[in-house]
Amino acid sequence: MSQTSSEAQIPVTVLTGYLGAGKTTLLNRILSENHGKRYAVVVNEFGEIGIDNDLIVESDEEIYEMNNGCVCCTVRGDLIRVVEGLMKRPGGFDGILVETTGLADPAPVAQTFFMDDEVRRRSKLDAVVTVADAKHLLQRLDDAPEAEEQVAFADVVLLNKTDLVSAEQLAAVERRIRDINPHATIHRTERCAIPLDRVLDRGAFDLDRILSLDPEFLEDDHHHHDHDHDHDHHHHDHDHDHHHDHDHHHHHPRHDESVFSVSLRGGELDPNRFFPWIQQLTQLEGPNILRLKGILAFKGDPERYVLQGVHMIIEGNHQREWRPGETHESRLVFIGRKLDEVALRKSFEACMAA
Amino acid sequence: MPTIQTFPLGGYVVAATFLDGRPVFATGDGRVAIVDGPAAETVPVHDGGLLAAAATWDGKRLATAGDDGKVALIDAAGHVEEVARLPKKWIDTVATGPDGALAWGSGRQAYVRLANGREKVLEHERAVGGLAFAPKGLRLAVARYNGVSLWFPATDAAAATLEWKGSHIGVTFSPDGKYVVTTMQENALHGWTVADGKHMRMSGYPGKVRSMSWSPKGRYLATSGSEAAVCWPFHYKDGPMGRQPLQLGPRAGIVSAVACHPTEEVVAIGYRDGEVAAVRFADGNEAGLRAPGSGGPITALAWDRRGERLAFGGEDGTAGVIDLAG
Repeated sequence: MSQTSSEAQIPVTVLTGYLGAGKTTLLNRILSENHGKRYAVVVNEFGEIGIDNDLIVESDEEIYEMNNGCVCCTVRGDLIRVVEGLMKRPGGFDGILVETTGLADPAPVAQTFFMDDEVRRRSKLDAVVTVADAKHLLQRLDDAPEAEEQVAFADVVLLNKTDLVSAEQLAAVERRIRDINPHATIHRTERCAIPLDRVLDRGAFDLDRILSLDPEFLEDDHHHHDHDHDHDHHHHDHDHDHHHDHDHHHHHPRHDESVFSVSLRGGELDPNRFFPWIQQLTQLEGPNILRLKGILAFKGDPERYVLQGVHMIIEGNHQREWRPGETHESRLVFIGRKLDEVALRKSFEACMAA
Repeated sequence: MPTIQTFPLGGYVVAATFLDGRPVFATGDGRVAIVDGPAAETVPVHDGGLLAAAATWDGKRLATAGDDGKVALIDAAGHVEEVARLPKKWIDTVATGPDGALAWGSGRQAYVRLANGREKVLEHERAVGGLAFAPKGLRLAVARYNGVSLWFPATDAAAATLEWKGSHIGVTFSPDGKYVVTTMQENALHGWTVADGKHMRMSGYPGKVRSMSWSPKGRYLATSGSEAAVCWPFHYKDGPMGRQPLQLGPRAGIVSAVACHPTEEVVAIGYRDGEVAAVRFADGNEAGLRAPGSGGPITALAWDRRGERLAFGGEDGTAGVIDLAG
C-alpha cells in the first residue's frame, strides 16, 4: 500500500483494444510523430509496425500467477524481464509502450507494475489506453468479455473510426462505454488522429493526479459527460436524459457477466471501519473488481485520502490538506462484474464515522 | 590496507569477472571493458544492450548475450567471436558449462552449443528463465514457470522435471551436483535434491533474490535480497531444512550482490547504496572494502582465482577492482 521512490520512474502506457480497432495505427502514429522522445515498444508481434527508429521488442505474453493463493494476482512475466533489460540500456527512455494482443485481459499488465518491486522501482504505470472501433464496439461488447474488460480498464478510450458511423450510433456507443466505465476520458478520433499528450503522460495511476483527470469526482453529478473530445463540441450533453443520478445509469440490458460501475458517496469515514472493510472486500471480491478509485474523507483527518486498486491490489495515500470550506466528502467507484450494488452501498454506509 | 581502483564505465555493469587474471566488466551499453594496468579498454560487442554474461569455466573468455540477438565470446585480448545470432530476438540469459559448452535462452527456447560445436534447441511450454550447467556431466537446468527442466543435451532424452508452482527466475546447481536451487518471483528460493526431488523452501526475503553464490565445497549458499547476506547451510545431511541461515553483514539497506571467496569461508557483499564489504562466516567479522553511500546499487561482484582481488560493478556504471593485499 505504499509507494514513492527517489529514482526516476519511466512512464508506461498500455495500449489495448480489440482486434482491428486501430491499435497499430495509433502505435505507428506515436512512433512516427516528431516529438523528439525515445520510446521502447513492447509488442506481441512485429506485425505492421512500420517504424524502426525506436526500440521495438517482441515479447510472448507470459501470464504468471503469483504464489499467494490469489487467482487474480497475475503478472506478465515477460514484461518484468523486458523492463529489467531496458534498464540496463544506456541513455534511458522517455517512456515504454506496451501493446497487448486484441484478446488480452489488461489486468496482468497493470498488476505487473504494482506487484514487482524492481519493475516498480524503475517504471510506473501511466495509463491504460483502449482503442475502440466505433462501428463494431457494441457488438464486441456483447460477444467478447475481453472487449468489455478493455473498456472497463481504460483511463483513456480512443473511440476510433467515428467517420464510419452516424451521430446517433456514436452517441449510443459512448453511452455504452459510460455504462461500463464512467470515468474514462473519451476521445473521438478518425484513424487514431489525436494529439499525443492526450494519450501519453496522463498520470492516470498517479494517486496525486487521479482527481485532476477525473473531473467528475469533484463535480456535481450533472457534469457527468465532461470528457474532452478533440473536436470543438465538448461538454454538450449527448444523453442528458439519463444521468441525473450517478448511481443508476445502467441502461443497457445487462446480462449477469456484464461489466458496470457502482459509485458510492458519503461523508466522513471511520478509518477503523473503512480499511478492514475495503481489505476484506477486495480479498473476497477481487476477481470481480476490475478497478476501483476513491477520494476519501476520514474523520479528524485534515488530509484528503486517495485510493486506487486493480482486482485485489489496492494502494492509497494522503493527497493534500482539505481546503477551507471544502466539503469533506468520500467517493468511491468500483468497476467490475457481479457487483452487489445494494450490499456495497450498505456496507460503505456502515463505514461512516459516527 | 586494501586499495581500490575505479573506472567510470558509464553503462550498467551486468557482470564482472577475471579473464587470464585481468578484471573484465560487461556493461548494459553493449560493451566489454578489459582492465589493463591503470586503464580500462572497452570493446563494443553488441549493437544494442548487453543483457547477460558469464565467464567460461576455464576462465579465459566471457560469454555475452544481448537484445541484438547475439551471443558472443570475448577473451582478455579483446578478440570477439560471434557464437549465435537470432535476428530480432532478445537473449537475456547465458550460461557456461564443462568443456566450453554454452547455453542461452530467448522466449520459450533454450539453446545449447556443445563442445563439438553442435547446437541444439530445447523447447519449453513457457518462457525460459535462468540456465545452469551441472558441475559434472553435461546436464542443463532450465528455470521456468512452475519448476525446472533438467536436460541431458548431448542425448535426445526428454527433460526430467522438478516441479514447484510459481515463476522460477534464476537457477544454480550446488558444487557437488546434489541440489538445484532457484530464485523465484515471490521473494523466495526453492530447492530440490536432484536424486529424489525433495523440496526445500527458503523464504523470508523482503525483496527478490538476484544473486546467489556457493561457498567453497558448497557448504553454504549465500544470497542477496535481504538486509544481510542470507547464507543457507547445505553441509548437513538434509541441506538447509530446519536450520537457520547465517545472516552476514546486516545493514539497514538491502544486499544487492554476493560472491563467495574461492577458498576461504568469506563472502563479499555488495549493497544497494554502493557499499562493499567482506564478511567471515565463522564469526561475522567484517572488512569494509568500499564505503556506504559510494554510488548506485552493486550489480556484479567477482573474485579472482586466488581470492586476492575483488571486481565490482554497479547500476550507476562505476566498476572497480579492490586489491586486498594492497
